[in-house]
Amino acid sequence: MSERLTEKLSILADAAKYDVSCSSSGSSRKNENKGLGNSKGVGICHAYTEDGRCVSLLKILLTNHCIFDCAYCVSRKSNDIKRAAFTVQEVVDLTINFYRRNYIEGLFLSSGIFKNADYTMERLVRIAKKLRHEHNFNGYIHLKAIPGASDELLKEAGLYADRLSVNVEMPTEQSLKLLAPDKNRKDMIAPMKYLKGAIEENREEKRLFKKAPLFAPAGQSTQMVIGATPENDMQILWMANQFYEKMKLKRVYYSGYVPISNDNRLPAIGTPVPMIRENRLYQADWLLRFYGFKVEEIVNYDNPLLDTDIDPKLSWALRNLHLFPLDINKADLSMIMRIPGIGVSSANKIVAARKFNKLSWDNLKKFGIAVNRARNFVTCQSDHFSFKDWMPQQIKERILQSGTSKYTPNFSPQLKLF
Amino acid sequence: MVTITYDGTFEGWLTVVFEVYEYKFADVEICKKELFQPNVFNKHRESQFDQQKFTRVWKGLAAKLSTSALSALYKTFLSEEKGIENVLLSYVQYTLNSKQSIERDYSNATVLKVAQTAKRVYRESHRMEAFVRFQLTADNLYYAICQPDFNVLPLIQKHFKERYADQRWLIYDSSRNYGIYYNLSVVENVVMSFDEQTNKGKNIEIITDEKEELYQRLWQQYFASVNIAARKNMKLHIQHMPKRYWKFLPEKHAF
Repeated sequence: MSERLTEKLSILADAAKYDVSCSSSGSSRKNENKGLGNSKGVGICHAYTEDGRCVSLLKILLTNHCIFDCAYCVSRKSNDIKRAAFTVQEVVDLTINFYRRNYIEGLFLSSGIFKNADYTMERLVRIAKKLRHEHNFNGYIHLKAIPGASDELLKEAGLYADRLSVNVEMPTEQSLKLLAPDKNRKDMIAPMKYLKGAIEENREEKRLFKKAPLFAPAGQSTQMVIGATPENDMQILWMANQFYEKMKLKRVYYSGYVPISNDNRLPAIGTPVPMIRENRLYQADWLLRFYGFKVEEIVNYDNPLLDTDIDPKLSWALRNLHLFPLDINKADLSMIMRIPGIGVSSANKIVAARKFNKLSWDNLKKFGIAVNRARNFVTCQSDHFSFKDWMPQQIKERILQSGTSKYTPNFSPQLKLF
Repeated sequence: MVTITYDGTFEGWLTVVFEVYEYKFADVEICKKELFQPNVFNKHRESQFDQQKFTRVWKGLAAKLSTSALSALYKTFLSEEKGIENVLLSYVQYTLNSKQSIERDYSNATVLKVAQTAKRVYRESHRMEAFVRFQLTADNLYYAICQPDFNVLPLIQKHFKERYADQRWLIYDSSRNYGIYYNLSVVENVVMSFDEQTNKGKNIEIITDEKEELYQRLWQQYFASVNIAARKNMKLHIQHMPKRYWKFLPEKHAF
């Protein structure tokens, strides 16, 4: 009995791991009446796997039986793998017992599509309902909204889940058609739109009546597979930007394609996972969400690709040298955040501290900013590192030479023998 | 130079701060009683905790500092770093000497040091909220042992109390030799006799619940299955989960 459960867990966790979202933050579900669990906004990563990714939620599929045949997915119909399915009780027991031992922040439940969308969605909702009602569980629940599921089911899901997500999978409609012929983009956009409306409505209601029920308090998110299809970074980031602006998504995740299939529409098995590109996309995403950048400042028709050897903020700065150098003791916060090597919290520190004293390089170093990058764009109370009129290419060389990127081996055209 | 010793508590330290003003000591060194080493050149004074003195200093600070700065002071104190009492004293002096709040004057070495130490202590308390692993005993107690870098149990008890309101739990700091125990209504400090070798308390029932092993195995299985081998990155793994914590993490013990 326990062996079968272990086997199921290994199959269904393995199949769920390509969904990258693991966030457990942004909710506001309080523990009332001495129940179990509390989601207070700050996420917690309880463990990190050997690939360095965080484990915050019990991320599993309800089943990996699937009627669809999407080329990029391990659970596709035509793939010859072991299939398994959890019972409702098994998922509930695992979640509760892992949670009580402080292994996890909650449950991330997804599923292969069996029978049809509604049938699958209904099972997911039933589990969330049972956790909330029968076990008084206030931990984090992230449910996958199955494309094509009815609005009624989505509405019910939102009442129990903290976050809902619909994966668009591919950055463009053409790629989706090519790789997932059974799916269509409309079915994915429809639930997103519905959720956007329902979430906004609920926030409004909450503002008026404090006691109104929670509806997906941590919002919705989505995921795109990167590197399986020929889209460039501009297409990907513009699409992400649309999701942030039009659909009010909390997060867009980028998942570097891990080759799992010999299908000739896809990169062959053994092709390296595009990790640097994925990393640069996330950096660009952060610039959009926290640094006040507009998407066209990061990628545009003249620069459709993100540089791999330097980060997107530095590339932007090198293209806009006319805005620099900035005086750290005078510039606006919004501009200080745009200086390469200075993050949001250092920028805030600078703006707070300069009210007391003029800041010098010594201060900046102690705040923990990346001086080797920032010194090319900044002046301050000091005559060290005086600013010179370098060309963008010279600055880039200087920066690359002064530090070693963890990705350096990837940039070298030389074959590595050992 | 005067060396003032105190009982090692935060309240005790604030009492010392009061006395520094009371007796107008210009050049002081504050040190925990048990760490005190007499020095022929220094005068020695032993300070006793005094509720009134403590309250007066605390109120004085509260009038000049925000709650987050007060909490940063407390966190910095919990770092137990050598000499941190003296850094905190100069922070208090700087605060009381200035008209407006100095808590964001990061160009001042003391203010920056306090902000950065408080951040490190916060980070450790957040790690403990993540890495504490409970085991269920046969008498329905969830217990966990940990050895945090700083004395963070006082910082995490609220989190665990709110989260596990319906289960009895005990978190024991085996390097500082005390724990916090929640009995379904309040959290209290407990001290146990403790075996260093086995990391098990002598007077707690260590007969685990029959299901405990199953769930540990399931967790290990889960941890192994969610890993994507093609993306292996041990450096990042260790950076996020430093080796000194592995001892208490069931997922890092192969099955």
